[in-house]
Amino acid sequence: MSNTDKTVVRLVGITKRFPGVLANDHVNLDLYPGEIHALLGENGAGKSTLMKILYGFYRADSGKIYVHGQEVQIRSPLDARKLGIGMVFQGFALIPALTVAENVALFMARLPRVLRPHNLHRVVEEASQRYGLELDPNAPVWQLSVGEQQKVELLKLLLAQARILIFDEPTKVLVPHEVEALFRVFAELRADGYSLIFITHKLREALACADRITVMRQGRVVGTVRPAEATEETLVNMMFGEHLAEVSRPPHGRNPGEPVLELRHVHAPRQGIAPALEDLNLVVREGEIVGVAGVSGNGQRELGDVILGLLRIAKGRKIFRGEDATRWPPRKLIRAGIAFIPEDPLGMAVVPWFSVLENFALLDPSRFSLWMGLRLSWARVRDSLQRGFARLELTPPPPYARAATLSGGNLQRLVLGRELSRPYHLVVGLYPTRGLDVRSANAVRQALLCAKEEGKGVLLISEDLQELFSLCDRLVVMLRGRIVGEFRPEETNVTEIGRVMTGTGVVHA
Amino acid sequence: MPKPNIIRFWHGLLRLLVTVVVILGIFGLFLWLMGRDPIKSYRDTFRLNLLNPRGLAEVVVRMSPLLLTALGVAIPFRAGLINVGAEGQFMMGALLGTWVALNLPGLSQSLHLLLVILAGMLGGAVWGAIPGALGWANETITTLLLNYLAPLVVGYFVFGPWRAPELAMYPQTPEFPPSARFPMFFPGTRMHLGFFLGLFFLLAYGYLISRSRWGLELRAVGGNPEAARRLGIPVERWIVGAMVLGGALAGLAGIAEVAAIHGRLKMAISPGYGFMGFLVNWLAFANPIGILIMSFLVAFIASSGFTLQLTQRLPYAAVNVLMALILFTVLAKPFAKGVRR
Repeated sequence: MSNTDKTVVRLVGITKRFPGVLANDHVNLDLYPGEIHALLGENGAGKSTLMKILYGFYRADSGKIYVHGQEVQIRSPLDARKLGIGMVFQGFALIPALTVAENVALFMARLPRVLRPHNLHRVVEEASQRYGLELDPNAPVWQLSVGEQQKVELLKLLLAQARILIFDEPTKVLVPHEVEALFRVFAELRADGYSLIFITHKLREALACADRITVMRQGRVVGTVRPAEATEETLVNMMFGEHLAEVSRPPHGRNPGEPVLELRHVHAPRQGIAPALEDLNLVVREGEIVGVAGVSGNGQRELGDVILGLLRIAKGRKIFRGEDATRWPPRKLIRAGIAFIPEDPLGMAVVPWFSVLENFALLDPSRFSLWMGLRLSWARVRDSLQRGFARLELTPPPPYARAATLSGGNLQRLVLGRELSRPYHLVVGLYPTRGLDVRSANAVRQALLCAKEEGKGVLLISEDLQELFSLCDRLVVMLRGRIVGEFRPEETNVTEIGRVMTGTGVVHA
Repeated sequence: MPKPNIIRFWHGLLRLLVTVVVILGIFGLFLWLMGRDPIKSYRDTFRLNLLNPRGLAEVVVRMSPLLLTALGVAIPFRAGLINVGAEGQFMMGALLGTWVALNLPGLSQSLHLLLVILAGMLGGAVWGAIPGALGWANETITTLLLNYLAPLVVGYFVFGPWRAPELAMYPQTPEFPPSARFPMFFPGTRMHLGFFLGLFFLLAYGYLISRSRWGLELRAVGGNPEAARRLGIPVERWIVGAMVLGGALAGLAGIAEVAAIHGRLKMAISPGYGFMGFLVNWLAFANPIGILIMSFLVAFIASSGFTLQLTQRLPYAAVNVLMALILFTVLAKPFAKGVRR
């Protein structure tokens, strides 16, 4: 490399093979000073692997890494940090019991033996103000929201003198307004000459804030483009190499049928930091999709829990298909026909070290039991799984694979197949597409539309307004544990809903 | 689990053998430092406990309560609970079983025995249900604390209302009537019904945990309680249920020991069978075949303690050193491999 090389980082011919997978196949990537570089691709395209190689977490099988024009060997994250490379992972590495300042101090290159809290606080405060992070150095980390914890991670890197910052799906855990704030921070950092790489599979984010976008597919770089030269469609084509079927929305105007679920003046007590539910009224009818919009943490999860019978209703009534289900336990509701598709299937829907088959059998296992439950018929489970997935036109995951080894999309497919292959009347989706790549998210949306077509009731709790607008027949907005507005998507727009969500809009009941 | 992984099984067996060799080596060093001949000690131990039929029978006699207490730890373990309280559940099973044995005379042998066994299981179950029902308190702490309470309760009855009048200098109850004694097998040995009950429950556990709907639900509760709750599995009920079942088996071990070996309730009925059962379960990681092998191993070590006492004049406490060594090796395992279940 010549010394006139302007790149901060140059990856040349990086190849990395894992058992059975070629994760990176001769990947080249350049990063310039003062650049925000988006690394775009489906789940499993090799983005994270590439960045973990740069951060010294993995070693490449072959290929070269140049930092500031010099070829370097990065054997560990420590090597990477010495070169001024820092990475913010999806799961953070913070100590909850310590304060922001203490967490930051722990990461500093030269931590004095005796800490001077005043100095430390001043340093933390200055840096946090400079980049608009707005962190209180005294706050214990366990009190912070996920978005704030991410800021602490960033602050750690900045104070450890990192100039090359890698973010692994930084927006996955954030709510929309936090995403905007993060992108403002990105812009500030760029202005100060930092170089940033962020991994994402959201097109709009890449287009909105990156200077250049590198698209990866199946371990290879498909191309690098500037946002001005690209559209969502061209990027989608680069990511998938084919025209992806858009979710087709059947026309409105069909009459929904009988109510499947009714909540009448439902109150539920407050749970930790979540708000109490107050006077909720909601009807979901056969053959319609009702959307619940809102900034997360305004009682949506609790609404789901109330419907599923996990959270006790203090006042009011819940009617399921004409029967008073206010006090029904979850199992009775599930048997009566409620399907539930949560976010984070590994945490909320499956047992990680159970096989696909065992996880499939877990939903209402009485279907497969013989001799009063003393025996399970695995043949019947296998049969039910195959037929269920075939009917839904989904490919079943390998039956003996452990759930923990499945990719996010495969896992959500397992949950979809399990929940919807059984007779049911209502589907509750609780952020069902969160964290999924475009293809998997579309599979979930398509399944919800199918459910509606078959005359089931669908309740979709989501934060993705585009998703809600494209799927829902009716839309309600939740704010601080109440339903503050009901809309028809064709009579409103994103801006209006956004204002109602944040409590600044005019509410028509 | 539908498909047993044969490679993982052999891998586990190999690791086990290495562990055993390491432990024998360290304990040999300890013996040598104590001025004994480790080779001769080991030879005596093997000759007297494994190659001699009577000795082997004694190992099996010690293995019987271990099978049951280990199951008493394993069932809650599968539900994600750490039951350190098998020792207390053992004592309470012995206590309630004794009450039935001494206060229901004139029944036929089989009926009386059945009631004694059920009472023993009930005593352990109640002692296990307490921590299970105290859902808000950490079960590791509550089961541990109840271990200290159980001997006090037993002591109250043994020193007080139930004390045998004819041998007033010893704190012990009168002898059980013959109808309440466990039947013995193989004359000349102390093999008793408890061993076969232990085997029966081990088989039942092995089958139910992997093949039944209830086993699946129990494992789901231990595997991901959040998902289990959302799938409509009554998690709280399973937690109490697992503790009740576990306690019942530990309690059965207690009454078996009293009704078969001692013939009366006294304070010294357990050389720590409950704690050894905990050790067995951690060695076996709740695997039924592992429990069978490990309870035999631990029973063999306990018997060896007595051999060494006789042949090498080692204090019995030396065996506690060995047990502790095993425990450390076992506890180190998950950290060496990265914690994984």
